[in-house]
Amino acid sequence: MPDLGKYADTVLSAYAISIAILIGLVALSVWQSRRARARLAEIEARRNAAKSR
Amino acid sequence: MIALLRRDLKLAIRAGGGFGLGLAFFLILVVLVPFGVGPNADILSRIAPGILWVGALLSCLLSLDRIFQLDYEDGTLDLLATAPLPLEAAATLKALSHWLTTGLPLTLAAPFLGVLLSMPSGATFWLVASLAIGTPALSMLGTFGAALTVGLKRGGLLVSLLVLPLYMPTLIFGAEAVRRGAEGLPASTALLFLAAITAGCAALLPFASAAALRMNLR
Amino acid sequence: MSIWEYANPTRFMQTSGKLLPTVAVLSLLCLVIGLIWGFFFTPDDYRQGSTVKIIYLHVPSALMAINAWLMMLVTSLIWLVRRHHVSALAAKAAAPIGLTMTLIALITGAIWGQPMWGTYWAWDPRLTSFLILFLFYLGYMALWAAIENPDTAADLTSVLCLVGSVFALLSRYAVNFWNQGLHQGASLSLDKEENVADVFYLPLLVAIAGFVLLFLALVLLRTRTEIRIRRAGALVARERLS
Repeated sequence: MPDLGKYADTVLSAYAISIAILIGLVALSVWQSRRARARLAEIEARRNAAKSR
Repeated sequence: MIALLRRDLKLAIRAGGGFGLGLAFFLILVVLVPFGVGPNADILSRIAPGILWVGALLSCLLSLDRIFQLDYEDGTLDLLATAPLPLEAAATLKALSHWLTTGLPLTLAAPFLGVLLSMPSGATFWLVASLAIGTPALSMLGTFGAALTVGLKRGGLLVSLLVLPLYMPTLIFGAEAVRRGAEGLPASTALLFLAAITAGCAALLPFASAAALRMNLR
Repeated sequence: MSIWEYANPTRFMQTSGKLLPTVAVLSLLCLVIGLIWGFFFTPDDYRQGSTVKIIYLHVPSALMAINAWLMMLVTSLIWLVRRHHVSALAAKAAAPIGLTMTLIALITGAIWGQPMWGTYWAWDPRLTSFLILFLFYLGYMALWAAIENPDTAADLTSVLCLVGSVFALLSRYAVNFWNQGLHQGASLSLDKEENVADVFYLPLLVAIAGFVLLFLALVLLRTRTEIRIRRAGALVARERLS
């Protein structure tokens, strides 16, 4: 850990908040992607089942 | 074209107080400010230019959804789109009638409201000039915002979110002109920038508004 | 072989699916290297002390905030001219990322400004124009969310993006006129007169590369999501018809 001197709070909070926001954005995007993929898979499965019948 | 303009003006004046509403809102806003910041004349006269410009801006915003909404609901807009008159011209006329029913009254009322806020008398000329030059741009931008949201049922709040960021350059130069005028500094540079914004808006935004209308009507 | 091949959603899905893991790993690598290098292995600035380390977040996010809007402008134009759906969806996918980058730039700037300028917020031209950019992103996303018909939404948001670009640029220079600022000049420019010193320069470049790659990965991922949602909607509509 480098010596941050009297600005330790400033620097650490900037890093913490930014990284938290970035992780939040990535998590949200991944979650949305998973949900869309699952929904599409479900619909296509239903469609294929209807076709083969 | 003249007929369309006359019809819009008549509708605006007759149909349920849309005409006076913006003006009344402007008045109330200006009356509210001293209650908020206290009756100190020094402070009031310092912030008067900004308050008057922001008030004018918000009053303009209030009547935006009336520009196309009624015409959209009763089908007039579809007729306008198929009429020989280009839609760009119709959009310009709509903006003009909006300005005549809100921007112009606001400009004329502003000096009297300036007295309420104890604005320095030297600034009155700059206030009227900047509003007269700047409010057409507000109407043009507002018409564009209204054209974007014409198909939506609850477009009112969205229009504010879309249009207010677009209003910022106009507000900056307009309020700056009055502020400099009030302090006795040369203010004509800000006024020239304001005129440039209005001219640019008048030249380009009718095309954007008409394009947005066509997309909404398709 | 041209870039227009990717206007075909199937082609886009194939290629982006292959590309996405690589870009994601590369971006993570660059971010980790750049930020760790910047955080642990760079000296303190003689005037700003250790707060100079915030630069590795602040400058890249500010850069991406503007470039995300530029990318939206280009993809919107492509949609308006050539009507490629992937292009419109990419613009839609980029907006939340741009919003986040603007937010990060504003927050890190505020945290940095507190010890350096003695205030979290000043109505400085650069700060103000970023706030305006933030509002533009909000309006753009609100318009996407409000319109039901996806093609109309793509059309209208594209027009808004064009007009918004003009006015965002106008605001950028209008605020200069309105207030002279506290903010220092450009950190990076091609003429190296007023650049940051070399010690900070290299890790900063790596961090910027990391942010660019992260943006790319997220745009690809989110565009894929949008395409899937669109396809699911189309399939459901077809089911109802039959």
